[in-house]
Amino acid sequence: MDSFLHTINGIPVLGIVFQFVEYFLNALPFMSRVAVELAVPICLAALCGVMCERSGVVNIGLEGIMLTAAFTGWFAEAVITGIMGPGTPTPVFGLTVPLVLALLAAIIAGMLLSLLHAWLSISVRADQIIAGAIINIAAFGMTGYLNTLLATVSLPVTSNFTALTIPSAVSNIPLVGWLIDALFGQGPIGILMVIIVVVFQIFLFRSRWGLRTRAVGEHPRAAETVGIDVIRTRYRNVVLSGALAALGGAYLSIEATNGFQAGMTQGRGFIGLAAMIVGRWTPLGAFGAALLFAASQAISQTISISPPTGELGTLLDHVPTQFFDALPYLITIVVLAGLIGRSIAPAADGRPYQRESAS
Amino acid sequence: MSQAIARLPRPRALLRYLWSLIAVPLVSFFLALLVGAIVIILSSTLVLKNPFDPTLPLTAYQALAQGAFGSFNSVVTTLVITTPLLLAGLGVGIGFRAGLFNIGAQGQFLMGAVGAVAVAANMQSSPPAIAIPAALAGGALAGAAWGFVPGLLKATSGAHEVVTTIMMNYIALASLAWIVKGPLKEMGSNPPTTPDVGAAALPILIGSTGHLGILLAFAAVPIAWFLLFRTTRGFEIRAVGANPDAARYAGVNPRLMIVLTMSIAGMLAGLAGACTILGISHRMNTTFQTKVGFDSITVALLGRSNPIGIMFAALLFGAMRAGAPPMQINAGIPVELVDFIQALILLFLIANAVLRRLLRLRGVAGAEQTGFQTITRSYGRETLT
Repeated sequence: MDSFLHTINGIPVLGIVFQFVEYFLNALPFMSRVAVELAVPICLAALCGVMCERSGVVNIGLEGIMLTAAFTGWFAEAVITGIMGPGTPTPVFGLTVPLVLALLAAIIAGMLLSLLHAWLSISVRADQIIAGAIINIAAFGMTGYLNTLLATVSLPVTSNFTALTIPSAVSNIPLVGWLIDALFGQGPIGILMVIIVVVFQIFLFRSRWGLRTRAVGEHPRAAETVGIDVIRTRYRNVVLSGALAALGGAYLSIEATNGFQAGMTQGRGFIGLAAMIVGRWTPLGAFGAALLFAASQAISQTISISPPTGELGTLLDHVPTQFFDALPYLITIVVLAGLIGRSIAPAADGRPYQRESAS
Repeated sequence: MSQAIARLPRPRALLRYLWSLIAVPLVSFFLALLVGAIVIILSSTLVLKNPFDPTLPLTAYQALAQGAFGSFNSVVTTLVITTPLLLAGLGVGIGFRAGLFNIGAQGQFLMGAVGAVAVAANMQSSPPAIAIPAALAGGALAGAAWGFVPGLLKATSGAHEVVTTIMMNYIALASLAWIVKGPLKEMGSNPPTTPDVGAAALPILIGSTGHLGILLAFAAVPIAWFLLFRTTRGFEIRAVGANPDAARYAGVNPRLMIVLTMSIAGMLAGLAGACTILGISHRMNTTFQTKVGFDSITVALLGRSNPIGIMFAALLFGAMRAGAPPMQINAGIPVELVDFIQALILLFLIANAVLRRLLRLRGVAGAEQTGFQTITRSYGRETLT
């Protein structure tokens, strides 16, 4: 077998492909885990986008909502730890009282910011893209301002949620073991995301709330005539969606790491928007698209951690690392440009709704 | 502005017209400063646990103003910082006129700087009279290319420029890091930097830092105004922004205008990057960064997408950016406050319907917030058929 592999790997050009496939299959369990981890914040942002846009509100402010939630989560945890001590983490997930309260604070912050977006785009009927841009700039400024101020203060060290360890008996099940390990070998926010994707998908297409949401996003006037309160439905969806983006932001500062850096979302909110479009405004599709974007980053991480040997290794040495840094963004552009004609937004997306006057 | 001249007859009417033009931006600015003051007091007492000090915002704003206008050198610094803001702001403003929201000034700026350095590094032995225009053109071209791509994508596939330009920003960052570490790396430099721009360095005209780019930026204002309001192309750009369908029936090709506008916007932002590298830093390392991209959006909105308004808005922001570091040093207020104030200005501008009611302003022709009504278009739905 080895000599056979050796022979086909030696074939020019085609051999490199075989080497890549072999390397890829070996690295798959590790790579898929990394990919799911990287996909969590992108997917949560995309879900936020789906919930907003299905009801007809464009929200490009999710980057800012995530950043605010990331800051709030970390800061709240530090403050609460300072007041009541770190507490003992539970064996599973490493839950502590400050950590759980911090998550709540992050969610509330995200929902408040969403409320501002809802007010601007639904009540003021301002341009929704500008309203979102304002939220992004404000979040960047405010979190950066506070972060610089706090650099002079000594804050207690914060902890973060820890990942669930899947027993090796389960993760070694052939064919599906690595999948279970990748999807559920995560912290609470990561697992919650997997659950939200499924529940949201079912609710959006199989519940009264989902039907109303879609009606309001497609044809608000018709929805209004059958007695659906368009304004209230939109407010509810936008504010609720803030919690999803906030989970994505909190994931960055209290689950994936245990700290905050200025601008730490690094465009994940915008990649999430692209994932929403690629996923055709459905939760499951958004999850798949988020995985696609995360996979390109996961491949580059895997290559840098355990570089392939042989000819493949020498070939990859010639590819600059910056190429892999730019890859998710390149994929976003290509997919967006290629798919846009076949991916259709809710009809009333981005259009403010005005009730017909009674006269 | 042309309407303003047509309305000249009565001075009082003219004054009232001018007031209706600037009232909302002015009030937005002062309201933003007020909220900023509240944030300063709250953050100082709640976060830093300092004693309550109601004069702290005044100290901060005074340090800010001092840093921006306090001396001849600080005025020159303000002008130097205004230069890229003005150029990129004009680009974003022209985009708004065509109904395009170009968030990509950031990437276009960076690529413009890269283009300028790339040309300059290869023209070390040429006389400045040739090297300077060549390097500026290199920057303008690189920026235009970075704007052309999202424009082309929007025109051919309908991919929304808001997402694609942001992606282009990140790609620009990665490209810049690669170019500085790779093709343009000066031998033996560690950390990696590009060679000095040498002969292409812009001459210093005033003070110790006031370079030629200042003149270039202020010269671009009347040119942009003429292009927008006195040429056929400018009319077509504005027509597409006002109503793409009507423009098409009138024989304008909206796709062509979108590509053209994005390229012009990219060119101006690229020129801003070129002026920054040729006039100030002269060398580029991997941490070359800027805030011009996002500032220029605010500048364009605050200036109502009108070149003359943009000039004043750019001066205001140049002053704020110039005064922010002295504010951090002398009053201990982080520079990011300026970003927050910027967002607040936009917030009050966008809620201008609410403000207008408070100020009892009637709708006046030309006074509506250009750019605010035409930008949001569905991502998926092709508006150009």
